[in-house]
Amino acid sequence: MYIIVVGGGRLGYNLLKALLNEGHEVLLLEKDPRICKTITDEMGSVCYRGDGCEAATLAEVGTGRADMLVAVTGDDEDNLVSCQVAKHKHNVPRTISRIRNPQNAALFKKLGVDVTVSTTDLILEAIEREVPTHPLTHLLTIDEKNLAIVDVKISPESTSVGKTVKDLSLHKESQLALIIPAEGNAYVPTASTVLKADDQIIAVTTLETEEALKSALRGM
Amino acid sequence: MKVLIMGCGRVGARLASLLDEDGHEVTVLDNDVYSFRRLPSTFGGSALFGNGIDEEALKKAGIEEVDIFVALTQGDNRNVMSCQMAKHVFNVPRVMCRIYDPLREEMYAALGLETISPTKIFAQLLREKLGS
Repeated sequence: MYIIVVGGGRLGYNLLKALLNEGHEVLLLEKDPRICKTITDEMGSVCYRGDGCEAATLAEVGTGRADMLVAVTGDDEDNLVSCQVAKHKHNVPRTISRIRNPQNAALFKKLGVDVTVSTTDLILEAIEREVPTHPLTHLLTIDEKNLAIVDVKISPESTSVGKTVKDLSLHKESQLALIIPAEGNAYVPTASTVLKADDQIIAVTTLETEEALKSALRGM
Repeated sequence: MKVLIMGCGRVGARLASLLDEDGHEVTVLDNDVYSFRRLPSTFGGSALFGNGIDEEALKKAGIEEVDIFVALTQGDNRNVMSCQMAKHVFNVPRVMCRIYDPLREEMYAALGLETISPTKIFAQLLREKLGS
């Protein structure tokens, strides 16, 4: 695959490295000549100095035959324009944009960016996961299906302790996929499985029924 | 008419004061309050501190009620992003976008934005002045 990465910051640099390791043809676009030189010195001619928002620069690096463009600069507006130019001028089939303001996710989708990755949300979730009392953690969001895979810990005070899965009367869009008990091996629950204190539950849910799932498991 | 101008640089401030003189209800948004020094003391509109590519800031500036939105910051990409928000999220009836880069300007014009490239216009003007 030919992948173009826009922005040679820490994220762009590490992404470039990872994609090269996977055997892809990758080119990094970076405005700053010093950053470009550092990368070229280390990894060879995989960095092109230029503005990834300019149609001319994108034409020079053969964006027309790129399978994917990933914009990871620190500025949402630059990432948006880069993706839009790639999409509309060069017909790149898949564009991915990093966003810093999580609110921009919906806007970017509307404006034709295929995938957005909110670094702010990712960091928030990672930190929340480490807060012991945090009731529900997002492990993965599958936007195309409007689904989320979440992690819920059953606290000993929860009224769901001692109930069966069936008793919880969950929405049919919310499914408990796995139970990781405090001790012993993980198992797939059935309708008659009884929930125990300190069970860790991995569930699949739609974003709409997530709140209901949370309340059912926490027993509020 | 209600007008929201993003960017209180030389052009933004001048346009704001002209439209204000014409009797329009003008709000200027800038992420640097120091820029507001460019507005004349007679300016009757409002000057607001805020980032024009932030939905919340645009809402506070009253974008949901304006008839016209004009983006005049120094950054082409910021102008493009805020104008697309104005047009596609807030459905502002008339949206004008300054884009210095002629290539980018052509592309966004083709995508349906009302755009102006000062670079193109000024170069053209100079050519005419020089009588070539």
